[in-house]
Amino acid sequence: MATGSMQGAGSLAAGSPAPLISTARRVRNGAWWGLCAAGFALVAVPVVWIVVYVVSEAAATWRWSIFTNPVGATFTGLLNTIEGTFVMMVGVALIAGVVGIGTGVWLSEVARPGTLRSVVRGASEVLSGIPSIVLGYVGYLALVVNLHWGYSLLPALVVLSFLVVPYIAKATELALNQVPIAYREGGEALGMRRTHVLGRIVLRSALPGISTGLILALAISVGETAPLLYTAGFTSGYWNGAFLGPAATSQVPYLTYATWTFYQVPTTEFKNAQPLSFDAALLLMVLVLGLILLARLVVRVTQRYSPERAAGIRRADLRAARANRNGAPSPIR
Amino acid sequence: MSTADPATPTPAAGESERDGAGARLRGNGGALDWASRVLALLPLAALVAILIVLLYEALPAIRFNGFGFLVNRIWSVGSTYGGISKAGGVLHPLGAKYGAWPIIAGTLETSLIAMVVGLPIAVGAAIILVEKVPPYLASVGGLVLEVLAGVPSVVIGLWGLLTFGPFMARNIYPALHAIPIPFLHDQPVGTGEGLLTAGLVLAAMIVPIVAATTRDLLRQVPVATEEGAVALGMTDSEAFFAVQARWVRTGVVGAAVLGLGRALGETIAVALCTGSVLQIAPSIFSTTGTIASTVVSQLDSAQSDPTGLAVKSLAEAALLLFVITLLVNIAARVIVRRSARGAALPVGAGF
Repeated sequence: MATGSMQGAGSLAAGSPAPLISTARRVRNGAWWGLCAAGFALVAVPVVWIVVYVVSEAAATWRWSIFTNPVGATFTGLLNTIEGTFVMMVGVALIAGVVGIGTGVWLSEVARPGTLRSVVRGASEVLSGIPSIVLGYVGYLALVVNLHWGYSLLPALVVLSFLVVPYIAKATELALNQVPIAYREGGEALGMRRTHVLGRIVLRSALPGISTGLILALAISVGETAPLLYTAGFTSGYWNGAFLGPAATSQVPYLTYATWTFYQVPTTEFKNAQPLSFDAALLLMVLVLGLILLARLVVRVTQRYSPERAAGIRRADLRAARANRNGAPSPIR
Repeated sequence: MSTADPATPTPAAGESERDGAGARLRGNGGALDWASRVLALLPLAALVAILIVLLYEALPAIRFNGFGFLVNRIWSVGSTYGGISKAGGVLHPLGAKYGAWPIIAGTLETSLIAMVVGLPIAVGAAIILVEKVPPYLASVGGLVLEVLAGVPSVVIGLWGLLTFGPFMARNIYPALHAIPIPFLHDQPVGTGEGLLTAGLVLAAMIVPIVAATTRDLLRQVPVATEEGAVALGMTDSEAFFAVQARWVRTGVVGAAVLGLGRALGETIAVALCTGSVLQIAPSIFSTTGTIASTVVSQLDSAQSDPTGLAVKSLAEAALLLFVITLLVNIAARVIVRRSARGAALPVGAGF
């Protein structure tokens, strides 16, 4: 980087290639990039470490039977927790999806600019900043105890859904904002009813952004533990299918609980318990990363020609130009 | 240089002339109006409900604990098998005492460590991803950030407790311990479970948030302004401080404060790595607890309090955490919004 002197400019000045950038400036520049690179390295090291650690711990004792057995009394598998996690995912997708997308549509398309819209938008932002444990504890106090729902699916779904609704609402609003006004006007000019303009034109154009938001919201909800501990409860058997109820089997098993507690079970009592902790961690990571990659794929496929990408290419050109500036005239456009 | 405070550029893509006048989608009435309005009011209703529930549940505890809740150092359910007495109209087991100062201190200390360590790392990583590496590498780097953001906190906590903490206690902490500063030097290094490990793990958890925001802000800096800096013969670092840093400054501060809000409220990873002990850490290597981790770790024993005061005191702790994170988040929005309203750089705004 910046190794040569600027011969083009130098020859203009005196005919001899005098370095325009002093050594001190060059050292400072190198140190600056060194610090930034160290920053990235310090991000990358823990990421690789975590992934390698979880994969190797899980692989060391891996048994495929975790997919066919429930936790049970002797920690034989994870099937019931996998089932519970997927049930919650579907529930969150339905509840948070409807509420979040509805909120986003209202904020972007239906509401007139004004106090109410600002208040709703602000409330949604504040909601996204509330720690998940506070939401979980409120769910425990209000739903599990005071409404007598008991540890069960419904309080868990309500808490998880309101945890991610702000993300979906924000993603929906941003995606709808990107849809040109002319699309709506075109629909109007054709005499379409406005529900049709919304459904057939506006929402369809915004679908990639909305689905990305929804997928990322699911990724967040899958990895949550704190809000579920005192709303969903846990059972070592299968969830009984009830949405609420006092029965112990109404409690919902889920993957994060396995990671959170099984590592503490003494190996002398149940030798399979601790490995299950890491198996669950691996499954969680695969699930969450799969969702993130899916969201990335949606963005990649649908935003191939976005302004951000164009700016990125221009910036890359600039960098390339700087890298060759010891050559003849700069190709900067 | 310009004296005007350069603002975070706000993307103007969707704003239009129709935005100022009325609804984007013209027309009135019908199911769409009320259905979407009902849905949109739900988050607001949830927020109000959360506040009411917390206040209602915490009220007896607030009356019983008084102001001492914020400064006292002992958190004790009292004797659940002994007598029950009444103070200030609130039933409580004998010896019940709730002081949240240790967990308040633990919350602030872990978050402070996370910010001090995480912020420079996040900003540096974002800068190199946007400004230096070629696009395909930037894409891989972005994936690394997203992976870190996506790892569930319980998995990060498990890693911090079982591998990272012990590794640091063996290899790195002894060197810190050798520095003759009271908070570092007094106590033995221990096993790696404690304040510093929790702070570092929290740093890893806020880095993706701050880095992703910083990266997006840097990408919005008009390339023409950077080209101008290059044309003036500036080196990369000079150009960064002259141009990009001024564009993203306030936005990064806002992102940092948002990350702080996340660090203050993080529960599971901190509960695993601090040891969840209700004490003020005598040294940076000692076990401690935070408000969030205490709500999780104490609820089981709180349920054994026949008067219910322990559960309500945890509600008071949750209310305190709610208020703290609320203030932090509002501060972040004010910073970002004020910067967005102020004057932008005189050039490049049209790109």
